[in-house]
Amino acid sequence: MDWLNAIVQGCLLGGLYALFAAGLSLIFGVMRLVNIAHGDLIVLAAYLGLTVTGALGLHPLMSLLIVIPAMALIGYVLQRGILNRTIGDDLLAPLLVTFGLSVILQNGLLEVFSADPQKMNAGALETASIPVGGITLGVLPVLMFLTAVGVIAGLQWMFYHTALGRAFRATSDNQAIAQLMGLNRAHVFGLAMALALAVTGIAGVFLGIRTSFDPSIGGGRLIFGFEAVIIGGLGNLWGTLLGGIILGVSQAVGAQINPGWQLLAGHIAFLVLLAVRPKGLFPRMDG
Amino acid sequence: MSASRYRIVQSSAASRVAATLGLIVLAALVLAPYWAGRSDLRLLGEILLYLSLASLWNLLAGYAGLVSVGQQAFVGLGGYALFGLTIFGGLNPIVAVLAAGVIGGLVAMPVAALIFRLRGAYFAIGTWVMAEVFRLVAAQVSALGGGSGTSLPTAVVQSIADGRDAREATSYWLALAMAVLVLAVIYAVLRSRKGLALTAIRDNELAARSLGIDIWRTKFTIYVIVGALTAAVGALIFLQKLRISPDAAFSVNDWTAFVIFIVVIGGIGTVEGPIIGVIVFFLLRETLADLGTTYLIILGTFAIGVMLLAPKGLWGMVRARSDIQLFALRRKVVAKLKD
Amino acid sequence: MVEPLLVVAGLDAHYRDFQALYGVDLQVDPGEVIAIIGANGAGKTTLMASIAGLLPNRPDAIRYRNEPIGRLRADQVAARGIALVPEGRQLFPSLSVEENLLIGGQLGRPGPWSLETVFELFPILRERRATASTALSGGQQQMVAIGRALMSNPDLLLLDEISLGLAPVIIKTIYEALPGIIGTGMSAIIVEQDIGKALAVSQRVYCLQEGRVSLQGHSNQLTRAQISRAYFGV
Repeated sequence: MDWLNAIVQGCLLGGLYALFAAGLSLIFGVMRLVNIAHGDLIVLAAYLGLTVTGALGLHPLMSLLIVIPAMALIGYVLQRGILNRTIGDDLLAPLLVTFGLSVILQNGLLEVFSADPQKMNAGALETASIPVGGITLGVLPVLMFLTAVGVIAGLQWMFYHTALGRAFRATSDNQAIAQLMGLNRAHVFGLAMALALAVTGIAGVFLGIRTSFDPSIGGGRLIFGFEAVIIGGLGNLWGTLLGGIILGVSQAVGAQINPGWQLLAGHIAFLVLLAVRPKGLFPRMDG
Repeated sequence: MSASRYRIVQSSAASRVAATLGLIVLAALVLAPYWAGRSDLRLLGEILLYLSLASLWNLLAGYAGLVSVGQQAFVGLGGYALFGLTIFGGLNPIVAVLAAGVIGGLVAMPVAALIFRLRGAYFAIGTWVMAEVFRLVAAQVSALGGGSGTSLPTAVVQSIADGRDAREATSYWLALAMAVLVLAVIYAVLRSRKGLALTAIRDNELAARSLGIDIWRTKFTIYVIVGALTAAVGALIFLQKLRISPDAAFSVNDWTAFVIFIVVIGGIGTVEGPIIGVIVFFLLRETLADLGTTYLIILGTFAIGVMLLAPKGLWGMVRARSDIQLFALRRKVVAKLKD
Repeated sequence: MVEPLLVVAGLDAHYRDFQALYGVDLQVDPGEVIAIIGANGAGKTTLMASIAGLLPNRPDAIRYRNEPIGRLRADQVAARGIALVPEGRQLFPSLSVEENLLIGGQLGRPGPWSLETVFELFPILRERRATASTALSGGQQQMVAIGRALMSNPDLLLLDEISLGLAPVIIKTIYEALPGIIGTGMSAIIVEQDIGKALAVSQRVYCLQEGRVSLQGHSNQLTRAQISRAYFGV
């Protein structure tokens, strides 16, 4: 029963990892950009949530109403102000610039909020649970998981059934020709980053409700998200959800064996899958 | 027009002047324990170790196109190898530094085989995952203090040299020797056929492949060389610190972020860049260190600014104006004068 | 005297490291069809790319409706009513036929062209509307590329080597459709290697040779000898 419980809890945790990963997957899909500061942006969103709940006395989930648009705005400005200048054939520029951003964000948060761990208080939601056949499911983890499924379904729908999604795919296929169709690449990329950071906003608030956080944990979140993306297969959103679940289950099972092995087990699962299926479980079929 | 009327030269007047100046600087550095105070000597040692790390990362990213953000894996591995080999293996610390290098090279091979499956930016994060694995494994080694780390036992410390001054001088000389070794190896690699292959790959991977250059093997070789030397540098870093913990040994900020900033600011893809960068980095640090986290924000902003406005770094800006080259790497065809 | 629609004046353009165009002058009047001929590497595609905004230039080198557009981005040029059917068709592989057309129409410029009218022009595309664009034959892909450009209801249509790599019977179908397209009052510049086709559909012709205009004139007044001299430089 302990094992089954670990697996179920791991699955639910996988939802959070998929939320970490969805934004990475989106911006890679649209503009082949890998954002090293992604994890720090998740942490930034958690601090935004904390600030909003503190200042307005809102429930952390209600803070999403402010955090999501704020993150989207940050994303658009960041992309048009800085990141668009780095997009091109050179791989080094985006990597180094986002790496620099990561250091700036981390230390900026440290300056404002100190290194003390913080947590958002979601009240009764944190302890509420539903017993299901001998296993107790926390309401919060279930909510997180369902949100992840909803976000990924929403992104998937947006990609394949809206004009915006069409613009994203066209720009991803061929930037110059998309520009000929009247799509301004800089604006399309700005929108992609805005959307990615909106998702990051959700991820950050959930992170801040689930565990305590401090400015230094961004790198770890980036790595979890990255692993979920690679396990699932680049550019495949449902694959990313599965990648998150595999990561979450591996960690939960590892922790069940030895509490010190939780993170290690997740990384090892990733490396094993990388060795066996270098293109991920569901590689995108294109070209 | 016969071929004998042309010859290929690698050196230039500037590189010969630089070599002379370099020898003078080197002599002064060798004698530093006799003229510098204890804290200055420590700072010099640290500068030399950062110069080594930066030059190695530059070889990896700037020449081989392997942009790693996980070189802390090898720094920490070298540090832990030093501690393990001296504490449990009873090795002399200096021998252990060399052994740490060998271990670094050996570990780099399977690591490369695995993470070379990732391309571009994903390769970068893959190297970071590796470093995390190393850190978490180190935290599981309870004989070396687990998560909280351990100190180098007094007996081992004393076996470096007798007395604190002699010890500090020795570890400084080791750092200097390491920096010279690293620069020599890089220089040798870049002047070799492998170096030419690297330049070809960097300029055009497809064309290089069609010329029959085995890209995978070339990059693998560079990765292993850099892994070995980085581990040796890591061993020296912790020989100087005398204390190790997983968080310090595998710190992404200390061993990768700073190193990348140094190379980017100085000029990536040039041998001179890391040297300029390390000087700028320590000048900034010594002036702004009181600012704490603000200093890091300034450093990050500065690095982004350089990347966006002058992607070839400070040395690139100098070279754009004067075509000067301190390390003779480029080959020039010159016409011989008529006899 | 009608105001010219497009005026290219002293256009120099660079492709990669070498100069592809030297001081090219060209003019298109409203409703006029111009043909551009020339050997491979003469600079025809570079000229199209420059007009469409894919290559930045001096603002004044290209004027459209008396407005300098030489420095505008491709999307800004498209928004002013210039559409390019690029060489090699260049459809979006991850979009279906219908989505490729819709992307072309996303600027929302008013005019006669819509999904419906494009499907009337090329009925086969209606049948294959949900197909991935990569699954089409070369000729069908070319129809999508033309339809996609029409969807923006351009006033000036640039057609770059639309018969390249297609079977003669397909080329015939596409060229038969051209008068129906241009008859709507649109102006066009047609780049074509087949001199006969170029002369047949155009009112005036420019010949490019090594990046320079080597000949220009009315399509029905130029002699074969003049053209082959301008074309091959012999």
